[in-house]
Parts: sequence; C-alpha cells; structure tokens
Amino acid sequence: MISTDILIIGAGPVGLFTVFEAGLLKLKCHLVDSLGQPGGQLTEIYPKKPIYDIPGYPSVLAGDLTDRLMEQIAPFKPGFTLGERAEKLEQLEDKTFKVTTNKGTELCAPVIAIAGGLGSFEPRKPPIDNIDAFEDKGVDYIIKDPEKYRNKRVLVAGGGDSALDWSIILADIAEQVTLIHRRTSFRGALDSVEKVMELAHNGKINLITEAQAIGLKGNGVLQEILIEQDGKENYYFPVDHFIPLFGLAPKLGPIGDWGLEIDNNAIKVDTFDYSTNIPGIYAIGDINTYPGKLKLILCGFHEGTLMVQSAFKYIYPDQKLSFKYTTVAGVNGF
Amino acid sequence: MDQVIQIKVTDRDKKVQTLDVPTDMGLNMMEVCKSYELPVEGTCGGMALCASCHMYVLSDHDLPEASEDEENMLDQAFFVKSNSRLGCQIKIRENLDGLEVELAPVSPENS
Repeated sequence: MISTDILIIGAGPVGLFTVFEAGLLKLKCHLVDSLGQPGGQLTEIYPKKPIYDIPGYPSVLAGDLTDRLMEQIAPFKPGFTLGERAEKLEQLEDKTFKVTTNKGTELCAPVIAIAGGLGSFEPRKPPIDNIDAFEDKGVDYIIKDPEKYRNKRVLVAGGGDSALDWSIILADIAEQVTLIHRRTSFRGALDSVEKVMELAHNGKINLITEAQAIGLKGNGVLQEILIEQDGKENYYFPVDHFIPLFGLAPKLGPIGDWGLEIDNNAIKVDTFDYSTNIPGIYAIGDINTYPGKLKLILCGFHEGTLMVQSAFKYIYPDQKLSFKYTTVAGVNGF
Repeated sequence: MDQVIQIKVTDRDKKVQTLDVPTDMGLNMMEVCKSYELPVEGTCGGMALCASCHMYVLSDHDLPEASEDEENMLDQAFFVKSNSRLGCQIKIRENLDGLEVELAPVSPENS
C-alpha cells in the first residue's frame, strides 16, 4: 500500500504542477494515471502542437511543457502509478481515503485531488451491438501478449500506426492476419505503410479496404465477423480474434460513481478552494466546473495552487501556514 | 455584427434548428454548435485531433476538401459516411449561408 499526503488522480499538466505547489508546503504527492506516461492530453493527444498561452513562453510544444513540468517538480520526488486507472474509493475510519486501481494497487491519503482532465483515456469501441458479449472471448482492444494469437486467424481494424504495426508483428505469429480499413490510404508512418503493402503483396497480410466490421457472430466465442464493403453485398468472414484499434478517447469512468456532484461530465467545486461536496476531495483543471469556468492549463495551475493551501489546513487544522515566495525562500525539495 | 448567415443543424433526436451565425468571428461549426449548446463535445478544442465534432454535411455547399489530418481523424470515428466532416474544420464563411448539417451519432460505448 502506498501512503502520501495528497493523492493526485491524473498526471496531466495541472496534476503535475500541483506537486510543486504542494511541495512548497512540505506536502508529498503521489500521482495515478491510466496512461503509461505523464502529461495527460499534452502527451497523448497533441505532443507536437504549440501552446501560446503559458505565461513566459511565447510558444511551447505540449510535449516540451510536460518535460519542463517534470523537471520543475523533481525536487519534490512525487510518486507515480502509471498505466493504472483509479477505480474504487473508500474512506477509512480515520477519514483517510483509500483508492484502489484497476490493477489492485492501493493508494492512501488524507486528501485527494482529482485532476482527471476529460477522464481516463480508454480504447474507442466500435459501435457493434453485441461487442460487449465477445470481449475477452475473441475481441481485444489492447494487445498484451502477441503470442496469444499464435496460429489463430486475426482481424485487425483501423488505419493508424497501431493497426499497421500490430498487423506487421502478427503477420509472423498468427495463422492469418486481415487488416480492415475504411479507406484505401493509411495514415501511419510511411515505413509501416510500405511494410504492410509489401506483406499484403506477398500474401502475408490480407487487406480489406473501403470496408468496416459491422457485426459479430459466435457461439460463446467469436467465430465470424460481418463485413460491409463498398460495392459488395455484406458478407461473413471467419476469424478467431477481432482487434479494433481506433485510438483512445477520454471517459469520466469510475470517478462518476464516487458520490461527487457531477454536472455535465464535470465535478462541481467551490471556487474558494476547489473543494467538492466530499470534504478532503478537491477537483482541479478540466475536470471541474463552476460559473465562469475556462478549460485552460493556466487556470488549472491557479486552481491547484489555491487548492493545496486548503488541503494543508484540512490535514493540519491546528498548524499555522505562512506563505513564502519562492524568490525569497528558494525551492527546497524533500 | 455585420454579417449573419443561417445554418440548419439536425441534432441526434432529428430535431432541426436554424442558427444565426456571424461570419466575422472566425468561428467553425464545432464552436457554433457548442455556443448554441448542441451536444457536440469538441474535446480537443478544434485541432482535428479527437473526432468528437463529427457531422454530416447534407446540403451541397462548396466546402474545401478535408485535409489529410481531418481524414486521419475520421478514421478513428464511427458511423463515417461519404459526407462526414469534422465540424471544427468547417470554417464559417459567407458562402455557407443555408448550410445544412446533421450531428453524427455517438457510440453509446464511448459516451
């Protein structure tokens, strides 16, 4: 079990900077994020896009801003649990919160700061009616071990890098690899596109373009996929596995069931200290809402800064808190 | 507001609304829908990076062709048809007066 002062859910820019402001008050932080790397949307959606409204930076690439933030908070030695989604919330007898991740990691803290952005990034599921019934029974959204597909017939759907790269890898492992895509051109790295075309030419990958999977059939396990293809009657295609790779999309997820007041997929907070309706739980950044809310990184930094002041008083109600400027006192890590 | 055009939007309940849209504010269709509180997420803020403003163009207005970025993003959307566009990539101009669009369905799995 991991114990800390402030458990920050979400390792995006706002969660990261909050470590700095908490550190100035000698409060330790631990961050949990469903993505495998820190940075949230900045690294997942637009790492190469410039941001123009960070004070002092006329222009900074989103990926670079993440790196700078990591550097800035390093003296405060934050803990990270990455690639795991905060799933369950409990409040123990001494009022401490315990959050359990989807992988069973237990994280304890007197204060929780939800900096979850738009929610946790999860694979986009194709809108096929009975797809839930075949999850783990032939349908996988994430490939954990390619060996699972040895000597199996696999249908990969999608047109981006992950669909291309996995088709290439699986071509050597699976009995048959079929790649299905809605267009004839692919958006992945040129190398990968060429490699797939070459494998298709040599009969190692079966390419179905201008088509999409629209139905699944099987008896307990997946057996056939219904395919809609331009200029053809719909037809069934026999497979053992269906791997739709359509990228990730954010979803509020389990946080929505934690008893927090939610308004239009965002958590309601008091702008005095960004506290939620549950004492000890705060919400900062894109995930919160209040009159006049703007979803800006800049505003999230402000929210995190005020929030940790309140968190300090919540954790140490009897201690006096004196505010020190970093220019005067410097940054003293742990 | 010098110039205002009218745009018809069919929402996901098939309800049609006619919106007054200024042409001098540099808006795009995603922003227009959001400002009228139509259920368009616009998650990425208009960078053609999320496909949450997927819509169908019903009228035959002359729109600039979709960029490679937009097409790439549509690859990650569902219910894509030949008239699919990302709203954030449709810039409001005077020649779009009378434009008709329909919001694409969202997959219940992903909402």
